[in-house]
Amino acid sequence: MNTAPTAAETLEQEALVATPVPARMPAEWRDFFALTKPKVMRLVVFTALCGLLAAPGSIHPVIGFTAILCITLAAGGAGALNMWWEADIDAKMKRTQGRPLPQGKVQPTDARDFGLLLSGMSVMVMGLAVHWLAAGFLAFSIFFYVVIYTMWLKPRTPQNIVIGGAAGAFPPLIGWIAVTGEITWMPVLLFAIIFMWTPPHFWALALWAKPDYAAANLPMMPNVAGETSTRRQSLAYSVLLLPLSVTPWLIGGTGAIYGISALVLSSIFLALTVPVGLRSSVEGDKMKPEKKLFAFSILYLFVLFGALVVDRMVLA
Amino acid sequence: MTPEEEQEFKRRRKSRNLVLGLVLLGMVVLFYAITIVRIGAQ
Repeated sequence: MNTAPTAAETLEQEALVATPVPARMPAEWRDFFALTKPKVMRLVVFTALCGLLAAPGSIHPVIGFTAILCITLAAGGAGALNMWWEADIDAKMKRTQGRPLPQGKVQPTDARDFGLLLSGMSVMVMGLAVHWLAAGFLAFSIFFYVVIYTMWLKPRTPQNIVIGGAAGAFPPLIGWIAVTGEITWMPVLLFAIIFMWTPPHFWALALWAKPDYAAANLPMMPNVAGETSTRRQSLAYSVLLLPLSVTPWLIGGTGAIYGISALVLSSIFLALTVPVGLRSSVEGDKMKPEKKLFAFSILYLFVLFGALVVDRMVLA
Repeated sequence: MTPEEEQEFKRRRKSRNLVLGLVLLGMVVLFYAITIVRIGAQ
């Protein structure tokens, strides 16, 4: 049996060898930076820094800087892993369609490896340079955000952001532990404040992005329990946030600068949540009260934690 | 790959390498500073 290739087959094989495989355009460094969710990271860095500065005791500036850097890298790593896992969901939502993975700018495996590298490095350096208890909490916060929230809760329950909000509440606690090396009531209260703040903050966004979440088939509270229930629950969390935010002052953990700031800010927060909590949207609604609440909720956290640091500086 | 694509390919690779180099340099400086602080504390 003649197995020698024909002239046509030889030409075809040569053509296959000679034709270069089209090289994939490498992702830009900006695309990897975008994977870290820089906008979310700003709030994480700020609250972590405030936790670190408000904690009793002192920390060497280099070690303090390292602690904040590790928390930042961990948040970035967790963000990249979240984008890797949710690439198909992101492609369906207007708000997230422009992200590097749905755009095809970064390969999914590259995003995953980048996230794992940042997460692993941040925990290792935190442990070796700062404190292993802080590193333990950092590792747990990454696990909580990526596995508990992103992979498990988000696609399954409308309570996803309530429980998942805990992941975002860890930074000030870790910043505090980096200084003190132990857990006391104060960092737990800071954790609880962000935990209680997350539902009204996030549901304000979810209320006007309802069609987006429906398109992505995500069981967000407005899509599952309905708008009215979401609005009432937002109001309930805001009512609880008011006394909770003042508690650090009441137990003597802070001075009056923080206490009065918390009282004023939480009262405004509640005043803005009341119209959101009691109204119903109509066809073609611009959702102004919800957008106003969402914008103020970000300012709220910045000013509240800023006041905590100023209070500590004045007391010190 | 067209010459323009090849040029873009090289530009992207160069900028990535530059940023990676700066990150590594920053890590070297940071680890040096951490070591000095840690030794100083002992």
